[in-house]
Amino acid sequence: MVAGQWTRRRPISWISLAAILISLFSLLPLAFIIWIAVQTGWETVSALVFRPRVGELLVNTLLLVVLAVPICIVLSVALAWLTERSSLPGARLWAWLSVAPLAIPAFVHSYAWITLVPGLHGLWAGVLVSVLAYFPFLYLPVAAALRRLDPALEDAAAAVGLGPWRVFWRVALPQLRLAICGGSLLVGLHLLAEYGLYVFIRFDTFTTAIVDQFQSTFNGPAANMLAAVLVTCCFVLLGIEVLVRGEERYARVGSGAARQQQRTRLGRATIPCLALPVVITLLALGVPFLTIGRWLVAGGADVWRLDEIGLALGQTLFLALAGALLATIAAMPMAWISIRAPGPLQRLLEGCNYIVGSLPGVVVALALVTITVRIALPLYQTLFTILVAYALMFLPRALISLRASIAQAPVELERAAASLGRSPLKALWSTTIRLSAPGAAAGMALVALGIMNELTATQMLAPNGTRTLAMAFWAHSGEIDYASAAPYALIMVAMSLPLTWLLYIQSKRMAGR
Amino acid sequence: MKYALSALASATALAISLIAGPAMAQDGGIVVYNAQHESLTDAWVEGFTKETGIKVTVRHGGDSDFSNQIVAEGAASPADVFLTENSPAMVLVESAGLFAPVDAETLAQVPQEYQPSSGKWVGIAARSTVFVYNKTKLTAEQLPKSLLDLADPSWKGRWAASPSGADFQAIVSAVLQLKGEAATADWLKAMKENFTAYKGNSTVMKAVNAGEIEGGVIYHYYYYGDQAKTGENSKNIGLHYFKNQDPGAFVSVSGGGVLASSKHPKEAQAFLKWVTGKGGQDVLKTGNSFEYAVGKGAESNPALVPLADLQAPKVDATTLNSKKVTDLMTAAGLL
Repeated sequence: MVAGQWTRRRPISWISLAAILISLFSLLPLAFIIWIAVQTGWETVSALVFRPRVGELLVNTLLLVVLAVPICIVLSVALAWLTERSSLPGARLWAWLSVAPLAIPAFVHSYAWITLVPGLHGLWAGVLVSVLAYFPFLYLPVAAALRRLDPALEDAAAAVGLGPWRVFWRVALPQLRLAICGGSLLVGLHLLAEYGLYVFIRFDTFTTAIVDQFQSTFNGPAANMLAAVLVTCCFVLLGIEVLVRGEERYARVGSGAARQQQRTRLGRATIPCLALPVVITLLALGVPFLTIGRWLVAGGADVWRLDEIGLALGQTLFLALAGALLATIAAMPMAWISIRAPGPLQRLLEGCNYIVGSLPGVVVALALVTITVRIALPLYQTLFTILVAYALMFLPRALISLRASIAQAPVELERAAASLGRSPLKALWSTTIRLSAPGAAAGMALVALGIMNELTATQMLAPNGTRTLAMAFWAHSGEIDYASAAPYALIMVAMSLPLTWLLYIQSKRMAGR
Repeated sequence: MKYALSALASATALAISLIAGPAMAQDGGIVVYNAQHESLTDAWVEGFTKETGIKVTVRHGGDSDFSNQIVAEGAASPADVFLTENSPAMVLVESAGLFAPVDAETLAQVPQEYQPSSGKWVGIAARSTVFVYNKTKLTAEQLPKSLLDLADPSWKGRWAASPSGADFQAIVSAVLQLKGEAATADWLKAMKENFTAYKGNSTVMKAVNAGEIEGGVIYHYYYYGDQAKTGENSKNIGLHYFKNQDPGAFVSVSGGGVLASSKHPKEAQAFLKWVTGKGGQDVLKTGNSFEYAVGKGAESNPALVPLADLQAPKVDATTLNSKKVTDLMTAAGLL
């Protein structure tokens, strides 16, 4: 309440202004697609949208989401329960191994599977590889939520005579609803946006079709109209999530801290239960590592062309760090007002940022290519444009981490600094911004992870002469030179592992352990 | 501690940007939009830079995206030179009026049949259409006599292609020019029913080799390239050239041109001259690209079936219409 009074004295501060400008700017790709659709004219639009090919793509994309997301949910809930609530031997190790597949870029998962089973293709292949690549996005929040549950509720349910299964079904599961909804949304959006994974296994989705059109016609209307349909799909997912999430309260009320949970003893079921994490680890980590290893052995010393690899590594690190820095700075005003001056305006602005963050990279890139070519030519193919694209795509990642740590920085410090004569900007800098450094660092790590494994937007927007690890990997594997691609895959995984570890630690800390 | 960490992070960021930043910038020299195979152009660039000292920055991509990109960029294109795998992309840029005339000396190095009469671009290499088939699944008698036969219902589910690639689109542009729009649209519609889509010609060959599918329509050099390496993806492959002036015997000319907007026209012309001259054409003969050399007196790799024996149909490169082809393929649901 105190914070509210403070902001009421200065209704629109420069920070709010910055947040508004950034949010408006982030709507650019969306505005662009609408503008192109209007400019193209209804007749052409309907001819390009209502055709059998779009129907095929729609069916493919829908089936993929409808099949892969529920499988991810079941798998994640089962794994999370085993690692958090049961007496599974080595639970901590299995918990980390359930997050680790995130360190492997989705297209490397696919590269591994196509090596192992060369004929793999189509819907079921898509579902298999997607689940293995993306289930940790669901596992993370579900495990964190399970860890936080107050055992008292479950005890009460058991006391009125419910069996263990029904306790889980009626008490624990409903409390996981938010985590499941959020995680499913994240998985669903990734399924819509992924390109490389589905190219390897020859499964056409909207994103692969947009890239095909881009490669055939650059920024023609057909590509943009496919993008419009894809954006609509994203909105549908966002809408479903809002509907399913509901408005129930899940907070624990009452005084004191929740008791530590008892782990369920698995007893004789231990061995069959152990099979699940073992099999998943084999499929999601064993297969990629074995395949990369196999190609590295087959390629020998020849595939380690150090000058090429070094250059790609340097450029990738540079783009990842610069992009992460920009995204974090851009997220700062938004994160600050969402904690210090929450209200309808802030919720609207934040919504804008999330919507753009949910757009596939190919859509953002397509918009920026056309905008810079037509209107802002000096910015075309510059470092600036690619960094802006990264910032737009990954802003939500930075925002979430920043917000959490700003919330923990007391506003009194800002005011004390101001009352000691610092200008508002300096007061903010010397207090909240410094205190939010750990959150900013975590957010930057998440953004950097995203940029390092980004392929489509980078290919479309990067300055001449750029070659990131992902681009080099893609070029080699496109010519079926899987051995030469292996070092790049290995480096991408090796660089992502520590970031994934950070993510794992952070999720534990958020749960208070 | 926290401050130390963030200070360390920013210091690292700064250090890396100092090292990597300049490596990404184009410092002088010419920019080549390259749609050719990376290894081939890398070999050309290496030879050219060694001989002339002129630096070359390469942006890799495909025929169709680059040609449309250059048209969208217009006079502001950062590119100095454009190299393709097929002619239709060249025609697109030429008809937008964006090419400067190629130096007479360069044109004189290449026979008339491998350059347009306008002299706005020039052939740098050539490739032939071929039907690759799995030798354990198909015998010589069962092979299609013409590319157009693959539209027959008897070929349903038995052949593959990479329709999103400019290579296959160039083949379709030849069909369009030789057989007309209506026949091409029908053929594409039948193709949609019959064929299996793969991404990339190497992937098509790999699938045929593995017996996932009986045959595929690609270019000839993928087979020779793989044979020169391990042969792992081509050991069961047979090559069937349609010959007989069939649309499927189409020989596609890879082109090179200098952009009218180039800020380094002299260097750009020198690059094109080098590529079509002895040095550049020798790379085709001795390297692992296995594309045909087109320079006067230049020899192709001896492993290849001679270009003169392929009985290719006469197709005027300047009339290949890439826009029409993508429209027809989009209408047929192939894109």
